[in-house]
Parts: sequence; structure tokens; C-alpha cells
Amino acid sequence: MSATIFEKSKAGRRAYRLPENDCPVERIDLPHLRTSALGLPEIGEQDAVRHYVELAAKNYHVDKGIYPLGSCTMKYNPLVNEEAARLDGFTGLHPAQDDADAQGALELMYRLERSLSEITGMSAFTLQPAAGAHGELTGIMLARAYFLDRGEKRATVLIPDSAHGTNPASVAICGFKPKTVSSNERGLIDPAALEKEVTEETAALMLTLPNTLGLFERDIHEIVRIVHAKGGLVYMDGANLNALMGIVRPGDIGVDVMHVNLHKTFSTPHGGGGPGSGPVGVAPRLAPFLPVPRVVAGPDGYRLDDAAPKSIGRVHPYCGNFNVFVKAYAYIRATGGEGLREVSRNAIINANYLLSRLRGFYDLKYPGPCMHEFVLSARNLKRYDVRATDVVKRLLDYGLHAPTVYFPLIVEEALMIEPVETESKETLDRFADALAAIAGEAERSPDKLHEAPVTTPVRRLDEANAARCPDLCCPGDLD
Amino acid sequence: MSYIQNTDADRAEMLGAIGVRSFDELLEPIPEALRVKGVLALDPPLAEAALAAHLGALAGRNRPAAGAASFLGGGIYDRHIPALVRYVASRSEFYTSYTPYQAEVSQGTLQAIYEYQSLVCRVTGMDVANASMYDGATALAEAMLMAVAIKGAPRILVPRALSPRYRAVLASYAAARGISVVEIPHGADGLLDGARLESSLGEKTAALVVAQPNYFGVVENAGELAALARAKGAVVIACVDPVSCALIAPPGEYGADVAVGEGQSLGLPQSYGGPLLGFMATRKEHVRRMPGRLVSGTVDIDGKRGYVMTLQTREQHIRREKATSNICTNEALCALSAAVYLAALGEKGFREVAEQSYAKSHALAGMLAGVRGARLPFGGPFFQEFVLELPEAAAAFAARASAAGILPGIPLGADFPELGERAILVAVTEKRTRSELERYRDLLAGKEAGR
Repeated sequence: MSATIFEKSKAGRRAYRLPENDCPVERIDLPHLRTSALGLPEIGEQDAVRHYVELAAKNYHVDKGIYPLGSCTMKYNPLVNEEAARLDGFTGLHPAQDDADAQGALELMYRLERSLSEITGMSAFTLQPAAGAHGELTGIMLARAYFLDRGEKRATVLIPDSAHGTNPASVAICGFKPKTVSSNERGLIDPAALEKEVTEETAALMLTLPNTLGLFERDIHEIVRIVHAKGGLVYMDGANLNALMGIVRPGDIGVDVMHVNLHKTFSTPHGGGGPGSGPVGVAPRLAPFLPVPRVVAGPDGYRLDDAAPKSIGRVHPYCGNFNVFVKAYAYIRATGGEGLREVSRNAIINANYLLSRLRGFYDLKYPGPCMHEFVLSARNLKRYDVRATDVVKRLLDYGLHAPTVYFPLIVEEALMIEPVETESKETLDRFADALAAIAGEAERSPDKLHEAPVTTPVRRLDEANAARCPDLCCPGDLD
Repeated sequence: MSYIQNTDADRAEMLGAIGVRSFDELLEPIPEALRVKGVLALDPPLAEAALAAHLGALAGRNRPAAGAASFLGGGIYDRHIPALVRYVASRSEFYTSYTPYQAEVSQGTLQAIYEYQSLVCRVTGMDVANASMYDGATALAEAMLMAVAIKGAPRILVPRALSPRYRAVLASYAAARGISVVEIPHGADGLLDGARLESSLGEKTAALVVAQPNYFGVVENAGELAALARAKGAVVIACVDPVSCALIAPPGEYGADVAVGEGQSLGLPQSYGGPLLGFMATRKEHVRRMPGRLVSGTVDIDGKRGYVMTLQTREQHIRREKATSNICTNEALCALSAAVYLAALGEKGFREVAEQSYAKSHALAGMLAGVRGARLPFGGPFFQEFVLELPEAAAAFAARASAAGILPGIPLGADFPELGERAILVAVTEKRTRSELERYRDLLAGKEAGR
């Protein structure tokens, strides 16, 4: 383990010095002064660099190897995008500056919104939501405002049992009651069953397309018709948009509101858990409710417009995660329309190829073809007393990152794998070889899996004790 | 420019292994009629050099505050950022990883978050901090939801002298959840009106939001306000500027239940207002009500110290609609930056940031108050930001100043009509210099020497 930065602290050391204060004051004349020390560490720059480099070395990351978390779309993060996002013209803007001082930023946001509209077929976008779940919340707020405006009381949002947990959580924040729709034996929504669930009480169906099993809802046309027939809205969770670019536009198939994840589909880095960005796109009838301000183009350039009487208001204090927009916009401009279709085409080919290499070694509950990801089950290894956790911990010993495990909930011992389009065939082969070898090890020497990982900076950690007696804050007064 | 590495030959081989003759066979589940005909109508792709030039041109069409003498604040500040912060945050071990689901290969991110949580606790004086929220405004909205869940009363009190952006975000969340948000006015000194607060606190009040300092930069009697709220059984949510905590009593010292705020000041560029860093800390007793990710220290099976995400039964992937929040991806890289910033500055350096901001803002306030026709309408003590009443309309002055390379502050008339069109909010950070302050004064005094 690494000592904490607090343990490395020694009074009197500094890693940074401010310029001399050229406006000194005699004393600080404020009521309620802080009386206690803060307890911040004191460390020199060199040792600070070494501390963080030591931590960095303990991280797996996309620049090191394949990172096949399902529905996370851990694709390559292009370097030129990082360079562009660091330009002073972008990072140095204050959000209260005049629109005239921010014409480049506003143009970039305008173009990004228009590009997202073209890619998804949605009529208009807001870039405010700071993450996918924030986008979901915003989208459901829009649905709420829409029905309120129509004087309709609708209480329920239908959500398939394969959905990500953020879906019901977002719905609940807005005061709707989430209701689970069971997937059929093919892992899909059954239109006949859905028809029985959809009533005049249904505000929306919230579905992920392709779903978290990596399957395209074959009956999407009928599903949308059923929801619309009762006056409900179709919300699409765009977490898996990487499968659809240039192939299907959600707006064309009747989706009313959706979010996209710039940190998934549009290559912006995941940052160890953010910042992300979750723009929300809507059909024309929901556009009046979008958050303000909106970016509008006029004869004198671009400006932020607050005038929208039906708007739900703000969901972010400013325009959203602007610096992430720079990277996503750069990605779209580098790739182009034909290129984005190639992205999805290759994501689908990579996933199906990996599936073809692995289906002999693990169970496949719902047969393909898959779209950009697929879900295997390690239940065939239970007879060796091996669980999905053991499989993926062993994968870490092979120097590879694990897929998502135990999700979606409807697959026992789930291994949810999304290889993404940027990985080469050789990388996919190495990954498949490792998972195949591990299935063999499960039979021959299951303890290798039970004891894994053994090559990582730490081995399996005691999560139960952490939850019982959490240690969430480094104790003070270490000196 | 394509980031796809596989060639036509690779794809042919892979399609063969899959057992299909063409890619289109893989699209069989998608009804033909629903598929896109033709190509997406986007601009043609750019090679790296052309892309860099295009983005450079867009950046060049901005006039960033960071390149001027900026007195803009209101929640986002122009501060010195140590090179160390940029260096660490641009290491791909951090920025190209994701949420540490596999703890054994994510110890770097996990320990960094643990240290960040600890640093936030130290700055705020609270017991427990989470791994981050999106920004100060949504952190406050989440604190509101948390307070309402604790108290079961759908009503909260907020100061009018809270950032109007924050009030707007609160309003969106409150409307969706059916919570009523009651605004408490401020007195002539710019401080929250204690009498109005007392009469507004009722049995059905879940929480009082204390803004410290408030939007006008005024340092509130946070301890007294907190005591009033507590006496009526309301949760106290302190919405604080973290830099001010180096000088002013932090939320932990006056018994706040939840402390939230904007962490952009801690080493993040202004970036047109995003990404930001919402921080949230609470007392031990409320930890299971807190939204967001939490990292705990623990040991591995060999007894070696390590870190894991914990108390996940609060979170959406386990609890679904019963979760404390829907938050999933947060602002981990920004939290890392903040942790590095606080370590780089250290105990003395961070205090100096606060002291210099205090000193320079008071120096400027003194200079400007001496200009004929200008005055400081609020008498309350301030930390680094103050309201100035100009001799002319704030928007006109701002335009004139901007042409001289000075961004003199945020005109307040649109958000606070009661303050009039001559009111401007002036922020002075440690980054400003005496000569910049003098240029501001000279410009206001009608001397164009600052040019």
C-alpha cells in the first residue's frame, strides 16, 4: 500500500508558492474567524509528484489495455481532443462573460447540438446535464412538465427489468412510480404483455436501446405505437448509442426524449468516474420545456436565450460540462457521418466476433446476434464452485480488465462485455484467449480462480467490514 | 480521421468467424424500414492538423477572462492553478480509467478519492464527505432532497442572497419533487434577515440553507442562523465557498448537518462553467442518507491496507427507485484535481489564498468607495466579493471596462431588480495585482490611465 498524503506531510514543506501579496492588510477584520487548523498536508513538489505517480501506477486504464465494461463504452480517448480542450480560449472563459466574448464557445455548443440532432433524429438538444443519470432526470422532468402543461395526471413510468438502476432512481426523484416490465424469454419487451401494462396512467416507457443485453428490440415499432396510442411518451436511455450511429435514428422511430452520454459514445474520457456529460434530445412537442438558457444563432452571432416560458428551468448553474463538449465536438468533426456509421459497424462486428470466440466456454442465455455488447453467464462453472467474480478476478491476473459483472440482474452470474470499436482484432483475441483459458482453469484448478487476483497491487478486499465499520476519512492529528 | 484500427481484411476474417457473409446479416434484428437510408448529414471528417486548426480558431473567437484583469465571480473564480494539478489530472492512468468497480486494479483512483474525502472533511470540519457531485448547485439540490428525506417535510428555506443560478436549479428539482422553497430576504446590511427567518421557520420545515459567504460576498452570522433553525428542528445545510473556510468558521464548527459547495476554486479552470465540482459532507449520523459514492479504507485477504467503494446499498444500482439519489458518474477527475490542489498549497498556502483574496478585495473596495458617485450598499463584513453601486449603469460600465481589458464584475440588476441597474458584484482573488486594482479605480474615476 501507499502511505497517504497526510502521512507524508512534514510541517514547513510546500509544493507551491503564491506571488508575494502586494496589497497586505494589517489584520483580518472578520467576525467568526476559524480557530482550528485545517490539517492540510505539507509536502514538497517532488514528493507530491511521486505520491500521485505511485497512485497512478496502481490504476488500470484504457491507455493500458482493453476495458470491456458493458454499457460503459470504454473507447479510446483521442489525444488531439485533450490538447484542444486545454486551449486557454476554452478553459479561461468565465460563464458570466458577455455572449460577445464567448462566440467560439457558443458556436461550438450550437454545432454540437445540431450534430447530436442529426445523429439521433431528435429535434432539439440541451447540453446542460452533467452525466447520463442527470440527463435521465432532466428527461423525466421534461415529461412531467409536458403532462402538467396538458393538464394530464399520469403517475407511472414503465421500465424493463434489464434496465440500469439509474432509470428507476431518476423516475422516483420526479415523483413518478416506476413499474417493472418483464423481459420475455428472448430478453426483449413483449408487445402483447406491454399492451396490458400501458394505460392512460402511463407517463412514459423508459427503455434502453439496444437494451443492456446488447439486443435490439425487434418490435420497437409496435412498442412505440402501443405507448403513443395511450398518450404516453417513449424515453430512450442512450447509454448504448454506440451501436446505432448511422444505422437507426431514435427520433425516426418515434422516441420522444432521450439522453446521450458524451463520455461513452463520443469518446470523451471517463476520468475515473467523471466528469461526464448527458445531453438530452427531444421531439418537437417537448422542445418548449427544455432547460434554459438555449444557444441560439442570430444575425449578430450566437447568444444564450432565457426566454422560454414553459421551460423546466435550469438543471445546471451554467451551460453544462463545457470542456467535455469540446472533446465530443472534436470527435464528431474528426469522424464525420460516414465515420460514425463505421464506428457502430465496427463496434457490432467486434462484439459479435468476441461472442463467437467465447460462446463455447460460457453460457449464453439470450442468443444473438448481438449489437455492440453481449451478456454471458458463468453459471456453467458453478459446478466447480466458481462464480462470475472469480472469473473476472482471475482476468485481472492476466493483466486485463474485467467486464461488468452481476448485471443485468436478469442474467445469473452475468458477464456483460462491450469490447468497443477501437480495439484491434489482436487485442480481442488476447482477451478471448484469456477468458477461454480461465474457463479451463475453473475445471482443472478452481483454486487459481478462488485465490485470484495475486498479481495486483492488493488482493481481494474486505468489503463487508468496510460497510460495517466504514473508514471514510483519514484521522487527523497524525503528527 | 478514424480511430478504428481493424482493416477490411480483419473484418472479413472476423465476419467469417462469426459465420455471416456480410455485416448486414448482423443487423437482422433491426427492421429494414427503421434503418437510416444514406449517410448522416454531418460536416466531412477532418484530419488531425485540420481539426486542431478548426478548434484553435473556435478558441480564438473567445476572449477568455483568464487573459484579462477579471473581477468576475459569483461562484466561479479566476485563481492561480499549480502546474502540479494539471500534470496529475492529465495523466492517462487517471483520466482514461472509470469508476473503480474492480478495486484491485483501481487503488490509485480509490486512494485519491479517499484522500479527497478526507481533505473535504478537514476544510469543512465535517465527519464524512462523498466522492463528489456534479457542481455546487446540484449538490445543494441533493442536500435538499436528503433533508426532506430525513425530516419528511417538503419545505425548505433559502436566502434570497443565494446565487440565482443555485436558486434556479433548486427550483427545478423542488418542482419535480413537490417541495416548496421559501425565500428569506436580507436586510440593509446584506445579511439574512433573522426576524424573517424566525417567523418562517415552522414545524414543517425540513431545512434552512445558509450561504456562507452569501451571494453578495457578505459573511453571515452562520452560527446564530444554524441555532435558530436547529431550535425548530430543521436540518442545517451550509452552502460554502471552500476557500472562505480557511478564514471563517467552517460548517462543522457551527453544527451544520450537511455542507455543500462549489469546488471549482480548488484548482479547476473556469471552463465556461463546466466541468465543476460539487462537494458534499455530512455528520456521521446522516451518512446512510447521503447520496453519491463513498470510498472506505479496508484490508485485503493478506491484511494489506487498501480501499473500496462502500455503503453501496444507498445507491441506485442496488436500491433502484429506493436509492438516496440517482447519481452514478460524478466528477472524479475534478475531485482528484481538488485534492492535488489542496496538497500543493498545503496548510499555509491555502490560508494565504484566502488571506490574499481578503486583503485584495478589501483594498479594492476601499479604493472604489472613494470614487465619487460609487458606494458599497451593504455594510456587512465580506470575504472576497462585494456589491458596488456604480455612478452609471453596470452594463454600460462593464462594456467600457471590458474594452480596457478589465472585467469589472457581474451586473446584478437582472437577477436582483431591487438592487437597481447600477449594482455590480465584484470578486477579487489572490491572482489580482495592485496595479490591476488601480486600473479598475482609475477607470471608474474616469481617468483612462489604466489603458
